[in-house]
Amino acid sequence: MISQYIVNGLLTGGLYACLAVGFSLVWGVLNVVNMLHGSMVVLGAYFCLYGVQQLGLPLYAVAPVACVILFVFGYAIQRGLLNRVITQPILITLTLTFGLDLIVNNLIIHVFSATPQSLVTNFGTIEFAGVRVPVVRVGGMLVAVVLTLVLYWLLRHSKIGRAIIAVRMDRHAAALMGIRIPHIYALTFGIGAFMAGAAGCAMALIYPVTPMMSGVFLGKAFVICVLGGLGSVPGAIIGGLVLGVVEGLGTLTLGQQWATSVGFIMMMAVIVLFPTGIMGKKGYE
Amino acid sequence: MIIDRAFALKIAFGVLLFACGAGLSAVLDNYYLQVGTTLAMLCALCWAWNIVGGYMGYPALCMISFFGIGAYAGGIAQAAGVSESLAWLIAAGVGALFALLLGVPLLRLKGHYFAVGTIASVEVLREVANNWEQLTGGAVGLNLPIHAGSPDEVGRFFYLAMLGLAFLAFLITALVDRTKFGFGLRCIRQNEQAASMVGIDVFKYKVGAFVLTGVLGAATGAIYASMVAFLEPKDAFNLIMTIEIPVMVMLGGMGTIFGPLIGGVSYVILKEFVWAYFINWHSGILGLIVVTVIYFLPVGVLGLTWRDIFKKLGASKSTRPATSDIARSTS
Amino acid sequence: MTKATTPVLELKSVSRLFEGIRAVDNVSLKLYAGEIVGLIGPNGAGKTTLVNLISGFLSVSSGDVIFDGASITHKKPHVIAQSGIARTFQIVQPFAKMTVLENVMAGAIYAGHRGMVQARDKAIECLEFTKLAHLKDMPASELALANRKRLELAKSLAMNPRVLMLDEVNAGLNSSEIDEAIRMIRSIAATGITIVVIEHLMRVVTALAERTVVLHHGAVASEGPTDEVMRDPKVIEAYLGNKFAQRFAETSGAPVARPA
Repeated sequence: MISQYIVNGLLTGGLYACLAVGFSLVWGVLNVVNMLHGSMVVLGAYFCLYGVQQLGLPLYAVAPVACVILFVFGYAIQRGLLNRVITQPILITLTLTFGLDLIVNNLIIHVFSATPQSLVTNFGTIEFAGVRVPVVRVGGMLVAVVLTLVLYWLLRHSKIGRAIIAVRMDRHAAALMGIRIPHIYALTFGIGAFMAGAAGCAMALIYPVTPMMSGVFLGKAFVICVLGGLGSVPGAIIGGLVLGVVEGLGTLTLGQQWATSVGFIMMMAVIVLFPTGIMGKKGYE
Repeated sequence: MIIDRAFALKIAFGVLLFACGAGLSAVLDNYYLQVGTTLAMLCALCWAWNIVGGYMGYPALCMISFFGIGAYAGGIAQAAGVSESLAWLIAAGVGALFALLLGVPLLRLKGHYFAVGTIASVEVLREVANNWEQLTGGAVGLNLPIHAGSPDEVGRFFYLAMLGLAFLAFLITALVDRTKFGFGLRCIRQNEQAASMVGIDVFKYKVGAFVLTGVLGAATGAIYASMVAFLEPKDAFNLIMTIEIPVMVMLGGMGTIFGPLIGGVSYVILKEFVWAYFINWHSGILGLIVVTVIYFLPVGVLGLTWRDIFKKLGASKSTRPATSDIARSTS
Repeated sequence: MTKATTPVLELKSVSRLFEGIRAVDNVSLKLYAGEIVGLIGPNGAGKTTLVNLISGFLSVSSGDVIFDGASITHKKPHVIAQSGIARTFQIVQPFAKMTVLENVMAGAIYAGHRGMVQARDKAIECLEFTKLAHLKDMPASELALANRKRLELAKSLAMNPRVLMLDEVNAGLNSSEIDEAIRMIRSIAATGITIVVIEHLMRVVTALAERTVVLHHGAVASEGPTDEVMRDPKVIEAYLGNKFAQRFAETSGAPVARPA
């Protein structure tokens, strides 16, 4: 019984990691709390649904396109709007992305309607040591985790990745090194959007998605980001898995309705108890 | 307390405005009374938020936590048979206590962490209200005794009650603007380290401001609860509103006496207009308003503040005393 | 400037550890009313750390700070400021968006224990003393460096301090500005305020301080009348290194320590 909950938690946690990593990257590098993130996840899910259901295209073709569209969308938002207020106080950038979120969410409702939609997929279930899991969830989780790991590898080993890390550490020094800050900011936001789109596609495979869920997705991203540390990719993976398991165990012990609260309470506890970050990373400022 | 002519004029203008508002209650019909009540409620919340968000400069996104806590505290008290006015006082007390409990840990944080912590409080409280059914009635809702009287009488009563509270919030703001306490908050906004070096008990001031905001927010919530006589978690802890309030204050001008009023009124007018003509697009247009406020209006986004505008108009209407005024003024 | 028998401020074996490193090592000092004391030492000697310890910005690892007969060792910065110890910062920290007058008022209100109106009068008085009165309505962020340093001074004065610690208050100023500052500091001390001058510029220390304390590696390397301290081989060694000190000793002149 408990192992079933833990496995479920880990599977969800993998998705959560993918969901949060973009949010965390944007927060860590740009110092922007991106309230638009949840809607970008929903947008990814709807692009995926639209491609598969309306256009009849295969999933493996639709999902990458959805992610790329979101990357372009994210890049444009940052380059066109956010870069102009990036040095303003937190309240400004946060409220701005919140306003954008209202607009995007309203557009999604109009274009795709607000009824819950999901891809009907049945790839069967696998059973291992008394734990039953649907194949699609394992698949979704694997794709999400692999993408997150690829992002981690790119940040560490590609030229652009190093530039992003450099900007995160010290934007002034990075600018002196000839890094084009506005471009890197926009790329970072674009990558965040790309990952949100990927998470959306994976979500669409597993859960019915509605535009109203953007708030839920955003909430998860918050919690994971605080748990794992700002802008840290491994942190997002760990935070995602921890949150998945804690929610699973919360459901088991307190009931489904408390699962979300457990996550939030955990986050507030972390914020208050570890004002320098649970992984000891810099950034609580 | 430094009182110069500009300040005295401002207070007189405010008092006159509220007196007119109270006088209007005799002639307004029920629809306008309702609009007026909403307006007074939002302005009260804006003034309350302005203390922490404007004067002290902390991105507090928990205004609706205070509001909802007050609504439920008052609502539960009333449902248990406590009289209306006493329930409001209890709610204010609970609001103060809650603000203290929330503020002591959160006010040690800065920037995004403070903002996220305060936003999370709204989420947690809504979940608690949803799930603690014995106390709050859960998602089904909580019924309160309905205020006795004809619809007109009731409408007028709550209009005046909200107006009274907004007036209180206005007076408190005026005091904050001119006293040692508010001066300290402004120092804290600029540089906490320097503030403690000139002898300001920074943490006590921050908690004090937070509690003041909490009391006003909770009292507003309690009056709202009595008025609607029915509470649901998603109404009492509305995430959109917790961000709308700061937007209104930004629109009007943060850390000023009249900013919350100007912002609240213009926002409500805009919103009513949007609701009336673009019902399907209202959240999108609200978003557009928010974005527009940030790009094209004050708070230094484009280096434009109300102070600058007033300066350009050639009048010394800035709420912060021009120092030449200070030099001239008497206490 | 006669020395009173009981010190205003006394440090008893004060130490501060940073991850095992003794940034301030067993420092004992006595400061008397109305005297000007120089606090010098090479970079990283622990001068600013010492100021931070006295003003409560950092907590003392061991030892005791006695102000006016009472221990202020673990008091919070604002309590210490209110009790009468003022300091300026090496990197000036004005309330940037407030006017010059409001900045000084802030000092007068909280640590100076005044109402808003009296605070304004006191602030104007302090601004006149520091020759900033004509700039009182200017936002502090628009002041030039020399004036910002003076603003720090005015703000500290408005706090009614009994001890005033000036951390590099002359750094970055030109020669005539320094002369002006020296004159100002002298007249502040004449009112009975104890002044600690933390300086790199020996010229300022020799002009102002009767007594000088030299910190090296966090510990007191030398202490005494300023001109004697300047000739102390240990001081020369601290500033210029071992070989230099030996060579000076050989030539047996009376060199005055000059920082590199």
